[in-house]
Amino acid sequence: MNVIFLGATKGMGRALARLMARRGDQLYLLGIGDDDLERSAADLGVDGRAPAGVGVCDLSKPEAFGAALDGALAALGGKVDAVIVTAGLFAPQDRLESDLELCRAVLDVDFTCTVLFCEEAKRRLLAQGGGVLCVFSSVAGERGRKPVILYGAAKAGLTRYLEGLDHKHRADGLAVVTVKPGFVKTGMTAGLKPPPFAGEPEDVAARVLGAIDRRRPEVYAPAAWGPIMAVIRRLPRFVMRRVGF
Amino acid sequence: METISGWGRIGAPGRQKLSEDLERLTDGAVLCRGLGRSYGDSAIPPAGSPEVATTVLADRILSFDRGTGLMRAEAGVSIEQLNRRLLPLGFFVPVTPGTQFVTMGGAVAADVHGKSHHVDGCFGEHVTRLKMRLADGRVVTAEPDGENHDLFWATVGGMGLTGHILEVDVKMREVRSPWIWQETKRVDDIDAYVEALKDAAGKFPMTMGWIDCLSRGANMGRGILMAGRWAEPGEAPKRYPRPLPRITMPLELPSFVLNKLTISAFNFGFYWKHLPREKKGITHWETFFYPLDMIREWNRMYGKRGFTQYQCVLPDSAGRGAARRMLELLTSRGGASFLCVIKDCGPQNRGLMSFPMKGISIALDIAVRDDTQSLVDALNEKVLEEGGRIYLAKDQFTRPEHFREMERGRLPAFLEARAKWDPKRRIRSAQSVRLLGDPA
Repeated sequence: MNVIFLGATKGMGRALARLMARRGDQLYLLGIGDDDLERSAADLGVDGRAPAGVGVCDLSKPEAFGAALDGALAALGGKVDAVIVTAGLFAPQDRLESDLELCRAVLDVDFTCTVLFCEEAKRRLLAQGGGVLCVFSSVAGERGRKPVILYGAAKAGLTRYLEGLDHKHRADGLAVVTVKPGFVKTGMTAGLKPPPFAGEPEDVAARVLGAIDRRRPEVYAPAAWGPIMAVIRRLPRFVMRRVGF
Repeated sequence: METISGWGRIGAPGRQKLSEDLERLTDGAVLCRGLGRSYGDSAIPPAGSPEVATTVLADRILSFDRGTGLMRAEAGVSIEQLNRRLLPLGFFVPVTPGTQFVTMGGAVAADVHGKSHHVDGCFGEHVTRLKMRLADGRVVTAEPDGENHDLFWATVGGMGLTGHILEVDVKMREVRSPWIWQETKRVDDIDAYVEALKDAAGKFPMTMGWIDCLSRGANMGRGILMAGRWAEPGEAPKRYPRPLPRITMPLELPSFVLNKLTISAFNFGFYWKHLPREKKGITHWETFFYPLDMIREWNRMYGKRGFTQYQCVLPDSAGRGAARRMLELLTSRGGASFLCVIKDCGPQNRGLMSFPMKGISIALDIAVRDDTQSLVDALNEKVLEEGGRIYLAKDQFTRPEHFREMERGRLPAFLEARAKWDPKRRIRSAQSVRLLGDPA
């Protein structure tokens, strides 16, 4: 399939892009930094299908989203089957509380900008009769939890938006896949102490690809986080106030 | 304070910083670290500056030419990733150590060697270009015969002390099938073993063996010799070898589990399991090259105190009885090692501090006990007597005076190269503090 991929150069995006290129999907990479994009494109081409091209698209600059998507679409021959967004910003809670500029950037990028990108992508997918829009949210958006209040709030908003989008457009042929990764060992979480059930990007990638192929609206990855979050979602408030996670 | 350790699990204060972007990560860094498979303190930061730049997230292959096998990779790419991605295309690393969990940066820094040393030399001899960040912040390239060739050969085997490796170009080997033809043989004692090893070296590109170093007297050093080559398409199965199942050592074993009795029982079983004296046939490349990789975190077997590996090379000039004299010393000191690995080495290369030289290499695992330091001291004195040297990628116990004496011929050139490329010795490790007297 033809895929526009925002965020394929790092972490879970890198692992997912490798899996897709290896099975023959035609990717177009969007992201920041020409050189970084070219290096990832080269890596994918070593043992997979080389991407159709790369284009600069900064998730914090919504005014350029339309042009970036049009450029990608043209390079893919005018046909796209899926748009994948793995890009996002993360910072630990204490840093976000002490640096409100950073806090604003995280809230903006992970909610407002991601939503605006999805709106632009949605319009183009619907114009061709549908497809898959796969966006990485987070388990952090499932409950208000002490270590991820601000990041979690942005991801909670994103999750609700994606859910609504899926409800509205399923019948039009647009499937929205919301990915909710638990703790995954990537550059984003480097420096944090991994909890039990911390996963590897490759495990997440295989699961997400399955969800995209089956057009599942929601996927927890690695798999262990599904049941874990089922419990956490049901914990009463007096418990959530006491626990540290 | 967080701790960090080598594969031997002897910890020291330290933490790791990770990023996909090596150029940013290494800016001002005191030391780089890959997958942490060096046994001792070579990838542990100095106590006064306890943060290492861990390269494993920089794992992209930047180019690969299927015609020539030339590959460029970021320094964090591991041999395991290369095997997984390139063996299906018919290419294998030109030289591999006994674990595939080694990064390109680590393979160059330790100038790793393997079963094919007698024909292929070390990893660094197949590297055609390095991109490095120097201690002063500059990013330069170095080639074996061209630009900055002095930096190149100081870096090959230089334990990461000459600059941070960002990218490695290496010529991959084209193989005719993804299977191995292996011949193994049971050998009765150490002298016969060394003879058989030298003999097999003339016939096979890959040789090595394990010996039982607890057996004494006439049986001393009995073992299993392994030789192999890549199989020809006609003799190998048509299918691609499936990945082998892996198990994980689930917990740290108590230290008493590995004692003389259990180790000799294991060695006895290992020796007699090989019932026909000689076996030959097709085998999986992972079984052949990486038997220990099948058990993830096998280093937990040695318990809380951890272990060290002792590896030395004894030159041919020491004579053929040298391996026996080494083993006699080990057993007389009550040293108990799990299978000990003996392999013949080809000539030394141009790497200023590259480990191998023409002779015989002996590697032993030693569980840490109260007397480990004095055991290592005794082994080092023997190595000095025989004119040999030790492998820095394994070491955590050698005294600086022993090391300087072993390396008296080569060390001045290496120190001179460091003085040129890092005059303030900003790049350093716990090991370089210990052995070279770098500022802590």
